[in-house]
Amino acid sequence: MKAKETKTQEIQSVPSKKGEIHPMENLLRMDRMPHIWCPSCGIGLAVTAFASALEKANIDPNKISIVSGIGCTGRVAGYVKLDSFHTTHGRPIAFGTGIRVANPKIKVVVFSGDGDLIAIGGNHFIHAARRNIDMLVVCVNNFIYAMTGGQVAPTTPLAAYATTSPYGCVEPPFNIPYIADSSGAVYVARWTTLHIRRLINSLAEALQKKGFSVVEVISPCGMYYSRINKLGDGLDMMKFYHDNVEIRHGEDTKNLDIGFQTKIICGKFVDRERPSYMERYNQWLSDVKGGSRDEG
Amino acid sequence: MKANPTDVLTGIYYIDGDVAAGYGALAAGCKLVAGYPITPSTEAFEAMCRKGPQVGTVFIQMEDEFGSISAVLGAVWSGVKSMTITSGPGYSLMMESIGFGAMLETPFVLLNIQRGGPSTGVPTKTGQADMMQSRWGSHGDYELIAISPDSPQEMFDYTIKAFNLAEKYRCPVMIMSDECVGHMTEKVVIPEADKIEIEPRRFYKGPPEEYLPFSPDPDLVPKIAKAGDGLGLYITGRVHDERGYPVKNEEFKAKYVRRLVDKIRLNKDKIIELKEESTDDADVVVVSYGISSRVAVKGVEIARQKGIKVGALRLVTVWPFPDEKIIDLAKKVKAFVVPEINYGQIVFDVARCCHGQANVVLIPHGGAGVHNPLDISDAIESAAKEDKKIEGVVEFKTRLEKIVFERGLKLKE
Amino acid sequence: MKADPKGVLTGSHTLTGNHACAEGAFAAGCRFLGLYPIVPSLEISERFLERAPEVGATFIQMEDEVSVLAAVLGASWTGKKSMTVTSGPGLSLMMEHLGLGIMLETPCVIVDIQRAGPALGMPGRPAQGDMMQARWGSHGDYEIIALSPSSPQEMFDYTIKAFNLSERYRIPVALMSDAYVAHLQEKVVIPPAEEIEIEPRRYYKGAKDKYLPFKRDKDFVPRMVNIGDGYKFHVTGLTHDDRGYPVMNEECQEYNVHPLVWKVRNYVDEIIEVQEAETEDAEVIIISYGATSRAALKAMEQARKSGIKVGSLKLVTVWPFPEKRVAELAKKVKAFVVPEMNFGQVVLEVERCSYGNANVIFVPHGENGVENTDDLLSAIKQAVQADKVESVIIEFNKGV
Repeated sequence: MKAKETKTQEIQSVPSKKGEIHPMENLLRMDRMPHIWCPSCGIGLAVTAFASALEKANIDPNKISIVSGIGCTGRVAGYVKLDSFHTTHGRPIAFGTGIRVANPKIKVVVFSGDGDLIAIGGNHFIHAARRNIDMLVVCVNNFIYAMTGGQVAPTTPLAAYATTSPYGCVEPPFNIPYIADSSGAVYVARWTTLHIRRLINSLAEALQKKGFSVVEVISPCGMYYSRINKLGDGLDMMKFYHDNVEIRHGEDTKNLDIGFQTKIICGKFVDRERPSYMERYNQWLSDVKGGSRDEG
Repeated sequence: MKANPTDVLTGIYYIDGDVAAGYGALAAGCKLVAGYPITPSTEAFEAMCRKGPQVGTVFIQMEDEFGSISAVLGAVWSGVKSMTITSGPGYSLMMESIGFGAMLETPFVLLNIQRGGPSTGVPTKTGQADMMQSRWGSHGDYELIAISPDSPQEMFDYTIKAFNLAEKYRCPVMIMSDECVGHMTEKVVIPEADKIEIEPRRFYKGPPEEYLPFSPDPDLVPKIAKAGDGLGLYITGRVHDERGYPVKNEEFKAKYVRRLVDKIRLNKDKIIELKEESTDDADVVVVSYGISSRVAVKGVEIARQKGIKVGALRLVTVWPFPDEKIIDLAKKVKAFVVPEINYGQIVFDVARCCHGQANVVLIPHGGAGVHNPLDISDAIESAAKEDKKIEGVVEFKTRLEKIVFERGLKLKE
Repeated sequence: MKADPKGVLTGSHTLTGNHACAEGAFAAGCRFLGLYPIVPSLEISERFLERAPEVGATFIQMEDEVSVLAAVLGASWTGKKSMTVTSGPGLSLMMEHLGLGIMLETPCVIVDIQRAGPALGMPGRPAQGDMMQARWGSHGDYEIIALSPSSPQEMFDYTIKAFNLSERYRIPVALMSDAYVAHLQEKVVIPPAEEIEIEPRRYYKGAKDKYLPFKRDKDFVPRMVNIGDGYKFHVTGLTHDDRGYPVMNEECQEYNVHPLVWKVRNYVDEIIEVQEAETEDAEVIIISYGATSRAALKAMEQARKSGIKVGSLKLVTVWPFPEKRVAELAKKVKAFVVPEMNFGQVVLEVERCSYGNANVIFVPHGENGVENTDDLLSAIKQAVQADKVESVIIEFNKGV
């Protein structure tokens, strides 16, 4: 971990040739590159997909705020050039709820990992879905706590190894789309970092959606998950996704469990309409006061 | 009682402090460890996960720190010794349940490997800024015990001691270590089981119908029972009487909550462990704990070479605070020098106990590193020269502070 | 700046402390409340919710206290003055985010209506057992501002003051009240809006690409911007430089965290407010805060009548602690009598700051009623009789 942290000390802006700019320079903090993620990690791909989706969805970047928790994916907020918050472990959804409710003009994106959102932040996840707070949650799922060195996560498949399950994981994992669906999310999709174009489309669609949207991004972790479980490097994981992903749009979220090196079902599973928190709130306001607040 | 031989991994090891603490817990008979990954404490949890099955210790990684400490409390009431492991942010999350544990008089051990704070701070580097939090972090009145080890060997020894104190006084015991000690690799000798003294749990053995879970013995500590003994336990976090039933009367609060603080305050002499060196004729005494006390050794050495009479007082138990010791020393010495990896915590208690009789100098450090021994020796030197009585804590200006703020160090921008 | 008339319910009212606190928040410009129900703070939220539509304020009841403070911090960055109300167990859960608020230097107000603890304790009963927690409860180094009102009128006044201080120093401010004051019903005079002084948020006004969220002014306080203003700033709970970007080394830790402490310690004279009564000729001074100061003032009068020269020092700001003033007074008096509804917290600070010049007598208070003065009077008599300075805190009527 130390090696990873110290990298951030050597912040240098990337020298660019005159007139040549990176196509995503306006959406990424180039002064913070290089980022801290390991080779073969999929989080960078998820960030690139998100940046592309932002362009595609044509949303004013000044009106988007991105909130992250703690962990490898928790660092995303620091590399995206939006109003960005790196908060405490498990609480980005709660922090984002505050932003959204206090200023409904702001679109909130929560970008964090599976441990952050589903373990310590699990309660906030289901409650924000229940309230239908208008936010996009991008959950990068790499099946492990990578920032702290490879502990078992709530998504670690049965029998997979981690440093705190040295004899194989004995806890059944969460099925993230199923929790999101049953808690009331209006948009639920799952993609891997191999399905970049589909992921971009999905993120762009979710960004324009009103209500609580969840996009799960399955990502390789070459440094911990793959290494402890002897699954090869990032490329091997990509090949695995290529061979084992089945796209089934509209699949019942009940059937989306992921086992250890089993088939992964991807696609868009839920896309529905439900009154969002702010809509109901304004309804309430107009009932008592005869007026309403600005709707974002 | 002696330790159980199957729990003790006897041998000579070359391990870091985190792992040593984990082995210490196993030797002390800890049968459940619940944790949540957080740098820099994860190694201790991992060590217990690896070795746990070998000695029959159950491990569970909970969904968050609230979960892990609550699981520990539950495990204790099911009759086993239990511990949790965390660092600053996780420690803040545990605050509610620490008060709960103190209220239920639940003996458990919490290992806090401190890191630089506040908030997320510097996760991979050291700090000593949770010391006051360990004493005051939960709401309401309670007292607990905190120990600060300064080497991997001590991490092993004092983890056992922590379990013993917890059982003896039925209170939460904190091991307030820090990243430096946690990640420091040194020789650790784990003795044979028959050389390790273990405090057995004070189980109630009388007739079930006469059991009162909160009726104290003469040392103010009640006997404990466990779920499944047929005693019909009722345990609540509300202010309760001897039967454990909630009461609503202020008098009861005075009586029962007072015992929670008194059982530690009145047994202070038995709990406190200090390490004192050449304080008899000292002009200046360096008061330190944890990793700072190891750095202070060098500072004291440099000051002694300059002919200053320096003593050292190391707080092994930081809470309860050794008021009487400081009061005694304050009458004899010119000044106390307190190096801490924070901006002033324990130093305020030193100042409190001085009663204006000696000057108090704080050598602050924000964390992410340890003191420069030259700062410590300089502070000792200037404290020895100072003839005036100064009110309040004098903050020594460290070299680091001068570098950062006076020379206008450019933080890579 | 003057208060926004929309939130000020000018007039003379009979209000409970909790209701006065909600009115104070509106008057101070608070427009966001994060809440989770907990006895005995409920009435603040209820009043806030009732009046929110006409004032134009927003609120949300979250799923627990952890998320409440997270939401409040988020709301504060949108430019709305924000607060939360809670009690002991909830405050314990907020400790992690108190640290985040300090690290992100986010202005907000946390109202703690203290109840008897530890753990669940006695939910409806008053206590002052969270005072040290407010100062030390989160991990890492920081300084905090805590105010302690002793009447519904003060609940109104000091809620406004709490907001003003939090904007001025960009720091979470704790309003440490208790169940007694919160449920006390008294006359509260709410002045016209133009008589209420409000500290505006210190916004950054320069060029968009030059904004540094943690570039400190001379007074150590950086300037803020709102989410959505187009500054595209980044803030993190990690140790950070002026840009808000994490830098993990010793130098940056010093650069980042030391000013967090300085921005309060160097301005104690501006922050601290104490109320003194008859301290000039006093032999014994009662140091108190919150509800206990009601008993203290009563005891002072009664003792004066019987010929003992007693004064009162009431701490409005408990944190930062008024070290200097206590040290000055210690040289003049025989003893300090410190009544607290706990088993010894702020009394330790009094002991520290009296430098052995005066006896310190601690009176665990409230067991016979908050405004009962019997124990205090006996403690005062004990204080006058003592002829030497003891080296420890004398605990009044200590029984096991």
